[in-house]
Amino acid sequence: MELQYWIWIAVGLSFSLYIGIAIWSRAGSTKEFYVAGGGVHPIANGMATAADWMSAASFISMAGIISFGGYDGSVYLMGWTGGYVLLALLLAPYLRKFGKFTVPDFIGDRYYSNTARSVAVFCALIVSFTYIAGQMRGVGVVFSRYLEVDIVTGVLIGMGIVLFYAVLGGMKGITYTQVAQYCVLIFAFMVPAIYISFLVTGNVIPQLGFGSSGADGVYLLDKLDGLHRELGFHEYTSGSKSMLDVFCITMALMVGTAGLPHVIVRFFTVKKVSDARKSAGWALLFIAILYTTAPAIAVFSRTNLIETVSNQPYEEMPEWFDKWETTGLLGFTDKNEDGLIQYTADTTTNELTVDADIMVLANPEIAQLPNWVIALLAAGALAAALSTAAGLLLVISSAVSHDLLKKMVMPNISDKGELIAARIAATGAVCLAGYFGINPPGFVAATVALAFGLAASSFFPAILLGIFSKRINKEGAISGMLVGVSLMLFYMLKFKFGWFGGGTKADWWFGISPEGFGTVAMVFNFIVTLIISSRTPAPSKDIQELVANIRRP
Amino acid sequence: MSKSKNYWKKNIRYITILLSLWFIVSFGCGILFVEQLNTIQIGGFKLGFWFAQQGSIFGFVAIIFTYIYLMNKLDQTQNN
Repeated sequence: MELQYWIWIAVGLSFSLYIGIAIWSRAGSTKEFYVAGGGVHPIANGMATAADWMSAASFISMAGIISFGGYDGSVYLMGWTGGYVLLALLLAPYLRKFGKFTVPDFIGDRYYSNTARSVAVFCALIVSFTYIAGQMRGVGVVFSRYLEVDIVTGVLIGMGIVLFYAVLGGMKGITYTQVAQYCVLIFAFMVPAIYISFLVTGNVIPQLGFGSSGADGVYLLDKLDGLHRELGFHEYTSGSKSMLDVFCITMALMVGTAGLPHVIVRFFTVKKVSDARKSAGWALLFIAILYTTAPAIAVFSRTNLIETVSNQPYEEMPEWFDKWETTGLLGFTDKNEDGLIQYTADTTTNELTVDADIMVLANPEIAQLPNWVIALLAAGALAAALSTAAGLLLVISSAVSHDLLKKMVMPNISDKGELIAARIAATGAVCLAGYFGINPPGFVAATVALAFGLAASSFFPAILLGIFSKRINKEGAISGMLVGVSLMLFYMLKFKFGWFGGGTKADWWFGISPEGFGTVAMVFNFIVTLIISSRTPAPSKDIQELVANIRRP
Repeated sequence: MSKSKNYWKKNIRYITILLSLWFIVSFGCGILFVEQLNTIQIGGFKLGFWFAQQGSIFGFVAIIFTYIYLMNKLDQTQNN
């Protein structure tokens, strides 16, 4: 059967499933809209968290980034999983015990101040908007590549679907569609991975195939190191970044993960404290399936790519080469006019440019897998992008309707009124996200790191200290958050956008990249919070009792 | 009161031990001592590289499930 038909079937079926779930799980109260009624099973919540967490970037781009970075790519693998240990051990159980709806709720109540609440709302909105714009763009890109509609139509279809189930069902609708989306995306990711692992190494488990040898008896990783040396790249299994920078980026991503509001709120949806711990464990297990497979795919596709193209005549390239060349993701210019493809680290002689996304998207074609596998991949990529977008949407709408409206502007608003406000806010947020998806601001790629840095340097210390210290007061927490966020913003604006005089790699403080600077800003946040708190009065008895209470199981 | 103090103290001890393990499998084996560990090869993997791209993630999963087990046991003593 034609590839196009397969794709329409896969996408059509998965979308009808999401819509069906949305109709079945409409939200009738704010509690259902914000936290799905608070009775989600820990395993279901684990799946929903995994789908929420794994975005278009994890699904489409990560394996490709690792494929080009080799060891350097490890920062994403460790950084985007290790945060769950922090969540399970340090944050999730206590925030569940606290038992409110949002992250700014906790900050506002624990630090008995609407200033603290406003700072938290501000950070939550910035973090979520930078993220969601990227997701809608991802939806548009997948549609345009696979379904041959233009990006604008793709974004509009994606907006329509998300709008339908997020506005109708709130957290309740989102939770159960995310469970379905996890199943779709993990199946779509694993099927080609298992195929390719079997083709290349004869082992059906990619995690093992990764360390096995190919048909020629040489270990894949040794072969790849050798190929890299020949072509002038740094060895695949050793990196090009400094150890300090790798350390800081990994830490910023881990702590940022633990501080991201759309991940934290998922733990408000389970019944009890022990369920919050359990669902963090399940979530990481479900995420780990994809995250331990991605580096294996990276190695298979890197080897495949180099062996297929390096020093081969351009005329003899397989069909997929032409196809992806027309999309602009693959480019060849014959600089020395010998008709062969020279793929090297040296930019003056290198003739091939490869976009990282191609590694996952074109992999089934490179490995000559059947058409239905490619169709599955399209449905999986859409599931990954839509599930993350929906989770972020909910954070934005609850920040507006609950934290701003109910808690600060109109405290007397009825539950019904708040529910209507939440739905209007969600609709507004979808439209804004769609706008950014269609007209992507140039900074989207650069600001994903900013989102993690911001979450790490603002929320994490305030929440952590709020639970583990009774002495930290509002003066300390507010000044800590402000110092952390401003320092992070300053560094990002200076080195990513050229403000404040700009600067190059040589000017980085201690050689730490903007991606890793969240770690430094977080340390400053901690120091400022501790010093200011120790010089100002302790919080009242009530607050200390609140802290003692969230520590009880 | 002393019962809940004891509960909290034990919880802190579990957290400290498990977070040290968290640090060792990722930052220790995958970053700080990666070069030393890379001299050891198991199958097709250099050990440091394996920890950075596989081992640390398996370690994280094991750490969380250990904590779930320990805390469920601790919660039970609290309820009796």
